[in-house]
Amino acid sequence: MARDGIARRTNRADAAMQLSRNRKRGALQGRLVHWLFFACAVMSIVTTFGIVASLLSQSLGFFREIPLWDFLFGTTWSPILRDAEGNRHYGVLPLVSGTVLVAALAAAVAVPAGLAIAIYLAEYAPDKIRRTIKPILEVLAGIPTVVYGYFALTFVTPMLQRIPLRPFQEDLLVFNALSAGLVMGLMIIPMVSSLSEDAMVAVPRSLRSAAYALGATRLEVSLRIVVPAALSGIVASFILAFSRAIGETMLVTLAAGATPRLTFNPIESIQAMTAFIVQLALGETPRGTLEYNTIFAVGLLLFAFTLGMNVLGQFLVRRFREEY
Amino acid sequence: MTTATTAMTTPHATAAAPAAVSADTTLSVTNLDMHYGAFRALRGINLEVKRHAVTALIGPSGSGKSTLLRCFNRMNDLVPGARVEGQVLFNGEDIYHPSVDPTEVRLRVGMVFQKPNPFPKSVYDNVAFGLRINGFKGNMDDAVERSLRRAALWDEVKDRLKQSGLALSGGQQQRLCIARAVAVQPDVILMDEPASALDPISTLAIEELMRELCRDYTIVVVTHNMQQAARASDWTAFMTMGEDRAGHLVEVGSTQQIFTNPQDERTEGYITGRFG
Repeated sequence: MARDGIARRTNRADAAMQLSRNRKRGALQGRLVHWLFFACAVMSIVTTFGIVASLLSQSLGFFREIPLWDFLFGTTWSPILRDAEGNRHYGVLPLVSGTVLVAALAAAVAVPAGLAIAIYLAEYAPDKIRRTIKPILEVLAGIPTVVYGYFALTFVTPMLQRIPLRPFQEDLLVFNALSAGLVMGLMIIPMVSSLSEDAMVAVPRSLRSAAYALGATRLEVSLRIVVPAALSGIVASFILAFSRAIGETMLVTLAAGATPRLTFNPIESIQAMTAFIVQLALGETPRGTLEYNTIFAVGLLLFAFTLGMNVLGQFLVRRFREEY
Repeated sequence: MTTATTAMTTPHATAAAPAAVSADTTLSVTNLDMHYGAFRALRGINLEVKRHAVTALIGPSGSGKSTLLRCFNRMNDLVPGARVEGQVLFNGEDIYHPSVDPTEVRLRVGMVFQKPNPFPKSVYDNVAFGLRINGFKGNMDDAVERSLRRAALWDEVKDRLKQSGLALSGGQQQRLCIARAVAVQPDVILMDEPASALDPISTLAIEELMRELCRDYTIVVVTHNMQQAARASDWTAFMTMGEDRAGHLVEVGSTQQIFTNPQDERTEGYITGRFG
């Protein structure tokens, strides 16, 4: 008995020493881990600033020769080919219209469809169906964009071409904004539905109960209680999806064409900002020339676009927030 | 079958036979069984709820008080796997009849929950919500004011109707929820431990409100607080959990009788604090 007690006491002393040693090691470890994580955070910030700085400095060369005004509001984009008088044109509006056109078409598909899917999954679907559909949607989000591009080009476009447009319109071209926009809409549906659904599921059950207890139907609960309460998350999902559509490259390069044109007619062939950057980067334009620097000017504008979308998103989220 | 029972003197007879539907009975429950999937939550409930009175459901945790309450406005329908057998008559109408729309039932039988749950909307919109979804055509401002006055909240919120309902204190939020329930002019207001999340002063305010409201509404309140049942209710039903873990009704009577002269020893044990 007594020996036992002594043994236990020494054990305890050992344990105490162990503890303090561990604590010392733990503290060192803690500091190391702290700095490691801090370094990672700093790295991503530095990278972001690096990208912005490189965009700015490279496009500075461009804007030294082309006035900002002409770039932003010019209506002809022809930085490589010369027109009949031998001039090049650096008005970016045709590229912007192409990008916005495709993104708007995508949003027109993805916002209603994604929201409907989210409402179905969050409010209507039995648990079993929800657990089946959600992963499938997320697989859809993981398909490489080049696959979507070929899907648009070789499946959707030929299908759309069967719709008779004459005598109102010319026939649908092989490369057109419509096909790219619709398929891009499909592509970003999972983003809208998944994020929106997360936001709706996070709405407390007690709010639903309160509405049901007042004689609300499931649809009324969904549209008047859950959607407004989840609106900040839903709007955020729209903005993210729209940003994604603006930045998307492969799909528009493959399916929407390479014809910069200031138009909002979806059946025309257009060129998106990203598609132009690909075209130029793959070409034989020598580095450091004005033509080459257009990449950075367009890239900078693209960056400004997505940044603007995010700021707008933040604003909308704060404006419409129903805090619960 | 029901004609013979009109002679019954105690309104809250717990006889197994179908109860009479008399004019002073709002809800009449007969042989009610309630299952969640394979689990039987309630067994053989017989109860009559008197019009324009406060009926308290008391009993230990797990005795099925809240479950029974939620049978009265078909809130259990929203739980997957929930199943009700037996009969619940509301003003003589079977609310579980296949032709009955549960949203209609809930419009007539309102509910106030344990935790105040105002919508994340303005005070005004909280009260107006039920009216709007039911296509109310009258003067909304008047209806909102009337409901807030009924819930003894008007004077405190009349200058901040546009503020979020969540900016109010807990007790005010609960009275807002009562105003919201009152706005659609139900016959019955079910209250599921309405004061359990509130401080003593707010609790008393809610109890006073129940006394006040029962002049126009039938109130059924679930409470853990026996003093509350004694103070605020006219009738008390004592429930307990059986051997099979299903909740069932032990005894119903006037609150006075239940608290001074309980017929069942389990009731006596509970109200004197010997168990539960």
